[in-house]
Amino acid sequence: MITLTINDRRLQVQEGTTVLQAAKGAGIQIPTLCYHEALAPYGACRMCLVEVVAGGRLGLSASCAYPAQEGLVVRTDSSRVLKARRMVAELLLARCPNVPEIQTLAQEMGIERPRFHIEDEKCTLCGLCVRTCEEIAGVSAINFIQRGTEREVTTPFAVPSEACITCGACAMVCPTGAIVIEGAEEIKHRELRLGPAKAIHVPFLQAVPKAPLIDAGQCIHFRTGKCGVCERFCLSNAIDYEMEDEEVEIEVGAIILATGFEPFDCSRVAQYGYGRLPNVISGLEFERMCNAGGPTGGKVVLEDGRSPESVAIFHCVGSRDENYNEYCSRVCCMYSLKFAHLVREKTGSKVYELYIDMRAFGKGYEEFYKRLLMEDVIFIRGKGAEVTDVAETPEEQGKLIVKCEDTLLGIVRRIPVDMVILSAGLEPRQDAAEVARLFGINRSKDGFFLERHPKLAPVETASDGVFVAGACQGPKDIPDSVAQGAAAAAGALALIDLGKVEIEPITALIDEAICSGCKICIGLCPYTAIEFVCRDTTGIAQVKEALCKGCGICVAACPAGAATQRGYTTQQIYGEMEGALLAEARG
Amino acid sequence: MSGKNSFEPRIIGFLCRWCSYQGADLAGTSRRHYPPNMVPVRVMCSGRVDPTFVLKAIADGADGVLICGCHPGDCHYQSGNFNAMRRYPLLMKALEQFGIEKERVRLEWISASESEKFALVVKEMTETVRRLGPLEWNRRLFQEGQRKT
Repeated sequence: MITLTINDRRLQVQEGTTVLQAAKGAGIQIPTLCYHEALAPYGACRMCLVEVVAGGRLGLSASCAYPAQEGLVVRTDSSRVLKARRMVAELLLARCPNVPEIQTLAQEMGIERPRFHIEDEKCTLCGLCVRTCEEIAGVSAINFIQRGTEREVTTPFAVPSEACITCGACAMVCPTGAIVIEGAEEIKHRELRLGPAKAIHVPFLQAVPKAPLIDAGQCIHFRTGKCGVCERFCLSNAIDYEMEDEEVEIEVGAIILATGFEPFDCSRVAQYGYGRLPNVISGLEFERMCNAGGPTGGKVVLEDGRSPESVAIFHCVGSRDENYNEYCSRVCCMYSLKFAHLVREKTGSKVYELYIDMRAFGKGYEEFYKRLLMEDVIFIRGKGAEVTDVAETPEEQGKLIVKCEDTLLGIVRRIPVDMVILSAGLEPRQDAAEVARLFGINRSKDGFFLERHPKLAPVETASDGVFVAGACQGPKDIPDSVAQGAAAAAGALALIDLGKVEIEPITALIDEAICSGCKICIGLCPYTAIEFVCRDTTGIAQVKEALCKGCGICVAACPAGAATQRGYTTQQIYGEMEGALLAEARG
Repeated sequence: MSGKNSFEPRIIGFLCRWCSYQGADLAGTSRRHYPPNMVPVRVMCSGRVDPTFVLKAIADGADGVLICGCHPGDCHYQSGNFNAMRRYPLLMKALEQFGIEKERVRLEWISASESEKFALVVKEMTETVRRLGPLEWNRRLFQEGQRKT
């Protein structure tokens, strides 16, 4: 440890600490401009000047680059220091009179008008961007050129640099906003089309585990091998760049499939203009917009930042529509009603609900619908036909025009609105077919997983020990999903708790006396349930009953007729056919 | 079986327990209409259908036989329906040699959710066999036996 004195205060700091860090640690303020915690000290701006009174190189020094020494005595508020800083600020203000950050700095020092020749620069030549590009991004795409009054930051020969990875770090670190990245919207990946997201982010607020992740495609460290700022500054050392996806094999006795759904892609309904027209958003995007932790901080806003004056909510987007999905997605009516309530609450704007039928079927749902009828939400019975921005009348100018048929009034309407929310339906996940195949279960016509019986076995599937829960089995709301999940968990626990497995009673049997040991059945059995055992002179096939699932493939294939199937013997099936044909012949 | 117009074909249908029988069940619970000419015989898997079952059905007087299983790749027993798929062309070859029209024996993949397809297949099959007329293999066998003695 080193002991030094700053403004008559004795401080103990670690070796390698700079005077600036020591002062900051003790709560002594020193103004800085070119200093950044993540970068090496540079000492370019001279804002952080302090006076070394004793124990070191006497005189004014940049505190950011001055290492703390034993017995050093420093003053940060001497008249010499303040005078020098004021001069620096005055010179900066003369160079950048229109930069708010410099104006504030100068104001704090009591400078009204600089005495020097006034220019109009944005860049203070602090070099943060240059050092960030070199030290953090590791690409050195920008640097200083020229000297003295000609000095400026640019790319080589002032042409777009091929070395630049458009990470945006220089623009982010610039204190005066002198660097603008063209097409910044395109390089940042956006959160649900609503706002930018960073390379490190929590996928969504309810994520389990709720941990931030690094987007390797965006992260500078993964692109250039440099940066590593997050690792340096993470207090709990939680950053691990080496971490990779890994496959883990777990042996289990029961499986619950709760793979969920995929929201309908609204851009498939081209006439609604999703992705083409501004302010046409999906239900999920509106939901995110309403979230206080979301990209708009919970405000319902249009793309230009205004609050909407009228909003239309389209029901049944991708549901109850023979062009897309015939089924009802069950949840959209209620979430659309919730949206209407939220829009009214947050903006007080006019809300139009365009519905085919109002399906408020759950506990307390009808009451909520009635409440909204009282909240001045305008309900139009008729599916939205089209959203367009082609105005026909002056009041339609600059608005989105919703075309629909009001079936209760029997007229076709054009309604100008500011925002359109598309209540997208629920669809099976893209990989539902592969998952179903993997677990040996069926899918219903709509593509969702099929339960064993719609009424008597709603969480079981055709495969023993595989259960389904939630929207992977069919569109359902949260209460229903929770109920089904609990039922599936109970079903799985019942299996585990039993400690035994019930096996198929309809197994194959091989008559030892008839079997000639040809081994045809052994190759056909999908469960390797048939083994070849040696008898005196020859060998025969024998069924391991615990493994046999009773498909009867071996029975059909046995050329000697040695194999039979319990409950489905050849004689029984013959009898069944004879009976059927005889009865038919008599009838 | 008086005239050809009132001919009601008799069809035996081998339905696998997991997909096609479930599909047939669903057709029932969904109140789908299909002709009553097909009598279902439930088997655990379409792979259980021994080609002799088909011959036996024909010998017993069936006018047509329908074999239904899970869609390829969807078999509850992983690969049972592939066995049915491989046996079917061989069986057709044998039937051809007997002089039996190939339309009388049909292999179809029907999943547990395809009640509509099930009803359609049974309807089509019935119409096809009705058009082909009675097979009456049992009577012909009987006459053949009498002629020889």
